[in-house]
Amino acid sequence: MSRHLPPPTSSAPLRAETEVAIIGGGIMGLALAYNLSEHGVTDVVVLEGKHLAWGASGRNGGGIRQQWSTEMNIRLMQESVDICARFAQELGTNVWMRQGGYLFLCRDSSMLARMEAVIALQNRCDVPTRVLSSAEVMTLVPELDIRAYAGAWYNPTDAIVFPWPFLWGYARAAARRGVEIHTFTPVTAIERGPHGFTLDTPKGTVRARRVINAAGAWSPRVARLVGLELPTWPTRHEILSTEPLKPFLKPMVSVIDTGLYFSQSLRGEIVGGITLPEPRHDQVQLGSRLEFLEAMAAGLYQAMPRLGNVKVVRQWAGPYDLTPDNSPIVGEAPGVPGFYLCSGFVGHGFMMAPVVAKHYALHLTGGPTHPFFQKWRLRRFADGDLVRESMIVG
Amino acid sequence: MAGKIILCRCEDVTARDVEKAVATGFSDLEEVKRYTGFGTGPCQGKECLRNVALAIARVTGRDLSELHPFTSRPPLAPTELKFFVRGRDPSTQKD
Repeated sequence: MSRHLPPPTSSAPLRAETEVAIIGGGIMGLALAYNLSEHGVTDVVVLEGKHLAWGASGRNGGGIRQQWSTEMNIRLMQESVDICARFAQELGTNVWMRQGGYLFLCRDSSMLARMEAVIALQNRCDVPTRVLSSAEVMTLVPELDIRAYAGAWYNPTDAIVFPWPFLWGYARAAARRGVEIHTFTPVTAIERGPHGFTLDTPKGTVRARRVINAAGAWSPRVARLVGLELPTWPTRHEILSTEPLKPFLKPMVSVIDTGLYFSQSLRGEIVGGITLPEPRHDQVQLGSRLEFLEAMAAGLYQAMPRLGNVKVVRQWAGPYDLTPDNSPIVGEAPGVPGFYLCSGFVGHGFMMAPVVAKHYALHLTGGPTHPFFQKWRLRRFADGDLVRESMIVG
Repeated sequence: MAGKIILCRCEDVTARDVEKAVATGFSDLEEVKRYTGFGTGPCQGKECLRNVALAIARVTGRDLSELHPFTSRPPLAPTELKFFVRGRDPSTQKD
């Protein structure tokens, strides 16, 4: 008889009272729950409207890169890669991490000149990104057709992970310590009281002293339940997977001008997406379009012509949670004491969650407050103090 | 015996794998798909969805009608990427 892992999700009735209620059972909410439990805060309930990995956390390409353009983000992502590398050992779940690096290509030669300062900054932070010659690109990925590209740079220590086990790993580790994770439990109303909040769900109500909004693209809707308007909006981002191939592709490859990216998963599939113009919607859109498949096929075919013969088996979509300056929103909501924000990660929440959740838990448990709480505060939009980060891809 | 019964031929998912997924807390078809990988191969669930649904119903004691199929994704069948490249006639060109 094989030994079964304990279920990460709770089948018990919703408890009546909790110290912390986390709304959203995606990577951010589950990583937060786990990190709070690391500090002994286990009186935590995670409320997820669907099943774990239903939102963007279960729909993304699993890329984990350190190639950012501000020192804070570079250093955060270095720490995140370290956490990913230790994840299997410390949390007991294999996340299929593969450190094959990220290879960026650009079609516009002026881009390479602009990247010089960014690469120098990454190097000062000990991220070993460097510009590659055509010959070096062809050695790294011989299958590429590089004629359309003016330049390339590569960091060998960037990585990919398999998103789903990452969520289950955090969920299981948190649940083992007593965190209750309720799936199919959407929060439908929040009432503010003198000592916290009362959250309504189809499973009943729960009173929480503190609430964390980690609902990703759905976070504006959750914020509205306490009368708060977030300056964020959801946008669809599509992605596809091919049939599995023998391992041949080492790095994640990304064409920075078009937002094309693709990598080979440990299952052997080529998984990738591309940026398409998307009309602004207030609601999350998750439909798949032929337009995406055509753009992606053209992009892949140009970058690596032999992929033309590879079969696409599945395309799907996930929501990015966009903000006006492409940077997240964290910290206690102004005017709503006890209500915390952790959203607006603009398609990079998955890679940032391990490190953001670690520092968020420190902040909530009286530890040191990371500078990102100042940089990414909601009030920056009113203060006119926007963040400048240029390495937003996809 | 359950370990020998293949429910998803593309991804080699057995009846025991599905039982384990349910015991691990995943009993929704979408969750079992993600946990076991069933339905993610060339058939995309066309051959295996019913097999797995029946297995989940049997293990959990739920009625089959309570189990919603996972979202089916385009394309309808695995298709070579070159067929989607506009301006390129896939019947006359070779790679």
